[in-house]
Amino acid sequence: MGEKVLMKGNEAIAEAAIRAGCRHYFGYPITPQTEVAAYMSKRMPKIGGTFLQAESEIAAINMVIGVSSTGKRVMTSSSSPGISLKQEGISYLAGCDLPALVVNVERGGPGLGGIQPSQSDYWQATKAGGHGDYHNLVLAPASVQEMAALTIKGFELADKYGMVAMILADGTMGQMMEPVEIDDIEIKTVDKPWALTGTGMKREHNIVNSLYLKPDLLEIKNFERYEKYAAIERDEVMYEEYLMDDAEYCIVAFGISARVAKNAINAARAEGIKVGMLRPITLWPFPKDALLARADQCKAFISVEMSMGQMIEDVELAIKCKKPVYLCNRVGGMIPSPEEVLAKIKEVGGAN
Amino acid sequence: MKRVTLFAGHYGSGKTNVAVNYAMHLSDSGLPVVIADLDVVNPYFRTKDSEAELAAHGIPLISSDYAGSNVDFPALPGSLYSLFDDHSSYAVLDIGGDDRGAFALGRYRDMMLAEDNYDMFLVINCFRPLTKTPELCVEIKEEIEEAAGIKFTGIVNNSNLGAETTVADVESSFDYANAVSSLTGLPIVMTTVMEGLEVSGDNIFHIKLQKKIFEEDS
Repeated sequence: MGEKVLMKGNEAIAEAAIRAGCRHYFGYPITPQTEVAAYMSKRMPKIGGTFLQAESEIAAINMVIGVSSTGKRVMTSSSSPGISLKQEGISYLAGCDLPALVVNVERGGPGLGGIQPSQSDYWQATKAGGHGDYHNLVLAPASVQEMAALTIKGFELADKYGMVAMILADGTMGQMMEPVEIDDIEIKTVDKPWALTGTGMKREHNIVNSLYLKPDLLEIKNFERYEKYAAIERDEVMYEEYLMDDAEYCIVAFGISARVAKNAINAARAEGIKVGMLRPITLWPFPKDALLARADQCKAFISVEMSMGQMIEDVELAIKCKKPVYLCNRVGGMIPSPEEVLAKIKEVGGAN
Repeated sequence: MKRVTLFAGHYGSGKTNVAVNYAMHLSDSGLPVVIADLDVVNPYFRTKDSEAELAAHGIPLISSDYAGSNVDFPALPGSLYSLFDDHSSYAVLDIGGDDRGAFALGRYRDMMLAEDNYDMFLVINCFRPLTKTPELCVEIKEEIEEAAGIKFTGIVNNSNLGAETTVADVESSFDYANAVSSLTGLPIVMTTVMEGLEVSGDNIFHIKLQKKIFEEDS
């Protein structure tokens, strides 16, 4: 048994990153993720690491590119408007096949929006928020413990596949406090023969680059990258099913929405409504096959989101529109209540 | 008991929760009490979340107009001065976390020192990673005193693991709290215990968890 501590989700991300061997953090403060930076600023100097508050989000993501090129584990964190600023750098990381952890503790949008929680950066996170053909690995924690576990998993997947892993959390997940155990999580690392560490006059020099002078070579590179993505869609999907064995209705929800939905499902079950949940833990790769496998069994699906309905499109695609998919949502910094989700379950049950 | 009670400490140590419970305790004892939110750091989970419950206890809340809103202004309301101009009520002050939160106190320091009728309590929790040793607590205590320009007068041992706290967890914090007490020379004025747990010890103060939680029941 490891030691239990009481942490905010943001702190759990920071401590887990340190346990995963990350010694370089670059960021710029923004609510509601500031505790990630605050925690790093206290801990990094004590363990020989680097905490650097950059002059902007754009500077921070470019510092991430630099450190990642040397093969070191590195991260940045921000909230929605700041993540928009980082998109050029994230595209460059994708084009260079560099690993990095990017944390988005979402707040309401678009624009400056507000500081209260949201999940409305789903499209930006899962569909390549910057330019070019690419994906990020997108991990969606639903507890403070998962904030820690998926941070470590994110570093491992990023290293394994040479790409950005993004933690897509929301302000509530970042700010809420729960007991966490981090000691017991095993840390895996991989060799990085491509890293820019100096040749020692013993090998050819390595090049990290996203510019290709010949279009046919760039095309080959893109095709190769998509073979990697296909392997990830096959091997790295993570999800959790809750009371799905006999479910006639399936809620699809991630992060804080999934926790609210769980309460609604329990209330509905108490009234005899057979409803369950499929909670995607990886938003990309999306658990398409797992959802399709439930399409014949269920009469309808309900996507519970703190957005105007973004993930719902992936649910419809995953089940090949075999059954209707309804939206239950709050936006602008509001969180759906269990009562609102329960009312939607009853409404959908009445119609199907 | 002093007229003004301030709760300060590391962020996430449970200041808001202790302050809200303490204000309700004073009110239930028949004393006139006002609670004030001086937190200029925390965006979520603030005294304002307990506004309805405080109102039910007849406790006025002084809080920034921006608390719980969609903007992040580190603003304090002018009505805070009434706490120090009008000495007819007891005042419970919830201070923001760490030295950054305590800077807000500087504005009221001179009035508080002139009246000389206050206690400032250091809220500690051994389950918070950045205050898990007595030495780390002392570090934060000194940073807060430096920022606020006011010295602590006592310690609140609020060691807990949220809704999962057990009797053994609370008991395991006694040595830690005693060590903070002997390092700082400050008395332990309260050991908080969540309602429903039975712990024996000195100055036990039963509290109810105020914060919104999203139950992981199954």
